Amino acid sequence: MSIRIAIGQVNPRLGDLQANLALYEERIGHAAADKAQLLLFPELSLTGYMLRDTVPAVALKLDSPEIKHLMALSRDLAFVAGLVEESPDHRFFNSAVYFEDGAVRHVHRKVYLPTYGMFDEQRYFARGDRVRAFDSKFGRMALLICEDLWHPSTIYLAALDGALAVLCPSASPLRGIVDQQIQDDNARYWEMLNRVYAETYSLFMVYGNRCGFEDGVGFWGGSEIVDPFGMRLAKARYYEEDFIAVDTGFEAVRRKRTMSPLLRDEDLDLTINELMRIRERPEFGIVQEFKASKVQGRKKAPKK
Amino acid sequence: MIQIPTNTALLRQILVAFVRNEVRKTGLARVVVGLSGGVDSALSAMLAAEALGPENVLGVLMPYKSSNPDSQAHAERVVQKSGIKSLLVEITAQIDDYFMRFPDADARRRGNKMARERMTILYDQSMSWNALVLGTSNKTELLLGYGTLYGDMASAINPLGDLYKTQVWALSEAIGVPQEIVVKEPSADLWSGQTDEGELGFTYREVDKLLYLMVDQRYTKAELAAAGFPERFIDDIAARIMNSQFKRRLPVIAKVSQRTIDRDFRYSRDWGK
Repeated sequence: MSIRIAIGQVNPRLGDLQANLALYEERIGHAAADKAQLLLFPELSLTGYMLRDTVPAVALKLDSPEIKHLMALSRDLAFVAGLVEESPDHRFFNSAVYFEDGAVRHVHRKVYLPTYGMFDEQRYFARGDRVRAFDSKFGRMALLICEDLWHPSTIYLAALDGALAVLCPSASPLRGIVDQQIQDDNARYWEMLNRVYAETYSLFMVYGNRCGFEDGVGFWGGSEIVDPFGMRLAKARYYEEDFIAVDTGFEAVRRKRTMSPLLRDEDLDLTINELMRIRERPEFGIVQEFKASKVQGRKKAPKK
Repeated sequence: MIQIPTNTALLRQILVAFVRNEVRKTGLARVVVGLSGGVDSALSAMLAAEALGPENVLGVLMPYKSSNPDSQAHAERVVQKSGIKSLLVEITAQIDDYFMRFPDADARRRGNKMARERMTILYDQSMSWNALVLGTSNKTELLLGYGTLYGDMASAINPLGDLYKTQVWALSEAIGVPQEIVVKEPSADLWSGQTDEGELGFTYREVDKLLYLMVDQRYTKAELAAAGFPERFIDDIAARIMNSQFKRRLPVIAKVSQRTIDRDFRYSRDWGK
């Protein structure tokens, strides 16, 4: 089955939902004209990234008019939107929503929220609590957002849950100048990850990053589609707006897994058993009971 | 051998895109920049010319009577080479007028007053010309606190603020800043004979290597000593960074409400843009 996958490497307006909805509509129209069937938008591209205290102002409940409008747009083609999701109990999530044939088919809430260095996501967002593959009309896929993929556990779970492609919306800032590299060092690291994951888990990596600047922080673009053999099928420009599309199919997954059945041979029980054992280690959080011997005369508790 | 990365092609691409994006998103198309004749302002101006078109960059030359005459000549070379617009505003009259009242003011006070006078001129010209003020302070001087608060440190956007002096020199050479400006000894030119490195007590190239490891790479004192830096130098630089932190923050506001500016009222400058 052939599928035309596209990535809209956009530069959204920070905190301006209406402007970005218009941007989405324009890009979806462009992709449809290009005969794309699945379009990936970057992380938080409906809102901008450095939202800070504006998170509540741009948040959307899944039954909102804006979501209904996006659902209608998905009759032309399937797409992934990056947005701030508000749950019925008013928690805000950094979410990726998969729209297909007029409906929301899957929502992934970003699990790993970077809160170090230049990042402050956990201040504003609630953490997602699951990693699931889902069935689209094209095949079984997973959605993981940016930092999620810096934890190998998430793609491990997605692959074992049956994903043949991982769609990764990203808002990845450029940083790290290294001599003799055409791209910044963060871009280089991501490109390495995408390729290693594609080959190691024998699946498609569809990586959609944004471009532009917010408060001096630039985003490196460089969106790409990598096949299960680690071949880069399409690559967007660094640091600039772009649109890429490629015709491909999941047959490549079958061929790779036939040659290299690493997933088949993965011992899930071993992993689970060892993780359970590791979790019981004192350093990992089972709090040792503190046996006090403050009163004179009482014997000290024996050391474990 | 500690090498600060200077990938000039990549830096140029990023910084040109930065100026273009951060100016145009405000709805404006131009910048004004104070041209001192030094390498930092030359680089900033030339990046802006590439980003916005030279007709959209105004270089303002603001000499004082005791400024090194080379400074003005060098600034004019930059204007010539880049094709940007220029404006000459001498600051001697207003500075001297003020200090006639305070004749005992030392060189430091006079220097700061000049730096702040230049700032006020740039901001006024930017308003007149519908432009943003383009900054020129580099990372080395920002970290060391070697700049005048609300003087040369003031700007709307600053393409050089994350570049060490070493990188400024490399990028300046690559982008075509006139050679005589790249190679000359850095000076704030606030009094006769002043040089940065004379005032600081070490060279930019030396301190950049230390700063790169200390700040960017987060080396501990022990790791820095093992890398060969003298302990006194390490301590001196660490102290300068700490003691100048006030220059890199907004004024300290007393918190009395539930939501205080810049503490729990947190928005991006690009909010809505």
